[in-house]
Amino acid sequence: MTQTIPQVADYIRILPELVLAFFGLVVMVLDPLLDDEGSRKTLGGIALLGALCGLGASLWMAQSPGLAFWNMVRVDSFSVFFHVLITAIVAVVILTSYEYMAVQRIRAGEYYGLILFGAVGMTLMSSAVELVLIFIALEISSISSYVLAGFRRREASSSESSLKYFLLGSFATAFFLYGVALMFGATGSTNITAISQALQAKGVPRLAYVAVALMFVGLGFKVASAPFHVWTPDVYEGAPAPIVALMSTGSKAAAFAVLLRVMFEINTPGRFWLIWVSAALSMTLGNLSALVQDNVKRLLAYSSIAHAGYLLVAFAAQPGPGISAAMFYTASYAAMNVGAFAVVSHFAGAEERYVTLADYAGLGRRSPLLAATLTIFLLSLIGIPITGGFFAKFYVFSAALKSGLVWLTLIGLLNSAIGAYYYLRIIVMMYMREPKGEITVRRIPASLGVALALSVLATLYLGVLPGRVLDFALRSATQLMQPHRAAITPAPTPPVGTM
Amino acid sequence: MVPITTTHYLVVAAALFVLGVIGVLTRRNVVIVLMSIELILNAVNLNLVAFSRMWGLHGQVFAIFVVVDAAAEAAVGLGILIAFFRNKETINVDEIDLLKW
Repeated sequence: MTQTIPQVADYIRILPELVLAFFGLVVMVLDPLLDDEGSRKTLGGIALLGALCGLGASLWMAQSPGLAFWNMVRVDSFSVFFHVLITAIVAVVILTSYEYMAVQRIRAGEYYGLILFGAVGMTLMSSAVELVLIFIALEISSISSYVLAGFRRREASSSESSLKYFLLGSFATAFFLYGVALMFGATGSTNITAISQALQAKGVPRLAYVAVALMFVGLGFKVASAPFHVWTPDVYEGAPAPIVALMSTGSKAAAFAVLLRVMFEINTPGRFWLIWVSAALSMTLGNLSALVQDNVKRLLAYSSIAHAGYLLVAFAAQPGPGISAAMFYTASYAAMNVGAFAVVSHFAGAEERYVTLADYAGLGRRSPLLAATLTIFLLSLIGIPITGGFFAKFYVFSAALKSGLVWLTLIGLLNSAIGAYYYLRIIVMMYMREPKGEITVRRIPASLGVALALSVLATLYLGVLPGRVLDFALRSATQLMQPHRAAITPAPTPPVGTM
Repeated sequence: MVPITTTHYLVVAAALFVLGVIGVLTRRNVVIVLMSIELILNAVNLNLVAFSRMWGLHGQVFAIFVVVDAAAEAAVGLGILIAFFRNKETINVDEIDLLKW
């Protein structure tokens, strides 16, 4: 706290954000100089380079763990994990957008710029340990995605989805902020470690419970968990498909990172039932509503609500296994969902015309490769072994069982069975139904091919050799709990697990 | 005379918050909904400044951040609203009905 000028180490610890912001600015500056075609090709390339440099910077940042900027940012394995995950997602999304933007004939400069700026917010969310900074990062990522959701400007559905997302999103953020303000009032600090210590030392004032509930409203909205999920299907249906891929994995991963920090590092009082109810509701509502959907984007939106529910199950479990299971889940969900939406955005065609379930009929015959990749992602979303989805669910539910959450696990398993139905419905459509009418499936361009290959590889890698990622997640989980444990050791309080 | 304490400010803030929430939930004009959201943000600011009486300047600095964010949000929100208006010629919440179950 004594130094008044940021040191070099401080900047290294936010290097990925700096790199991403720099490339975002380059894209924005070059945008007016290029024509439409150039804006898609050149700027897409620059944005991809930016995402990859961000990935490199995240790995470099991992060499110098520690606090930066007066205890506002912490680089530990946890934040490195999410940095790498988010920059990788962004790279794959940019690869997917490359063809998509050309097919939709949209000028793409700002689009790529906003994706990179959004990534700045998302990565910053995972390393911020100060509620003010978390709020700023949350807003950077949200405001970018509000605009991105409406990027198919001429489509009424897209601008409607953007407006809905904006209104409900800023409403939710306001709740989060009110919670932060009350937490500041209850503990006298906005620093996560300080809050945790204050709550340990002085007991939990009633204000803190209200604060936690309000903050949960805001974050629950961002991760699309019930009962704050109503926006999800509408926004996902109208927004450009690659952006849905980004929102449903990148923004979600970042919001879960914040939720993990807030819930576990603060050791938030009264979180258990909040999470229990929200998890059970998300799983049930998400899966039941997905059963009757005819629009694939909408179906995947409900599926993403259900997956947020499975993920929240891990939050109700004990910190150690719970955090690592949640981290593993975000990674494998990102792999399969980005892939699934990459297929959807390729198949949708100009003006996203082909997005209903009926359009997918006979895809297996018309484009075997596309159908096969989508099948892998869908099987992974169901949770079939040798895909990442299986181990993700397995770790979450075993963490829940270890913590004695029998009922929640039961609800989760039942829901997985319900979920299998609507994923299989798409697969059946693709392979066993005759194609209705003529839909020309374009050849898969190189950029999309790379995106799909990466997603398939990641999905299978996490399904066959989950060990390395899980070990890393476990290590991060112990690290995350360290400062908290240091604060709690002197006090003879019972461990969290008793809840 | 009753001295004005922190609690009084908190009560006013809570009232503003409730007014904002009611506004968001009941108003049909998008611009008024936006203004109601701003009202909630101002409730937050009032809270923060009131709490800084107890805990030091942190809260006031935070309040400035919130003001800046509110401005950014309003700018983007009105932009989105114009884009929406061009497509649908309405700013009525009831008529945002293209996407639904």
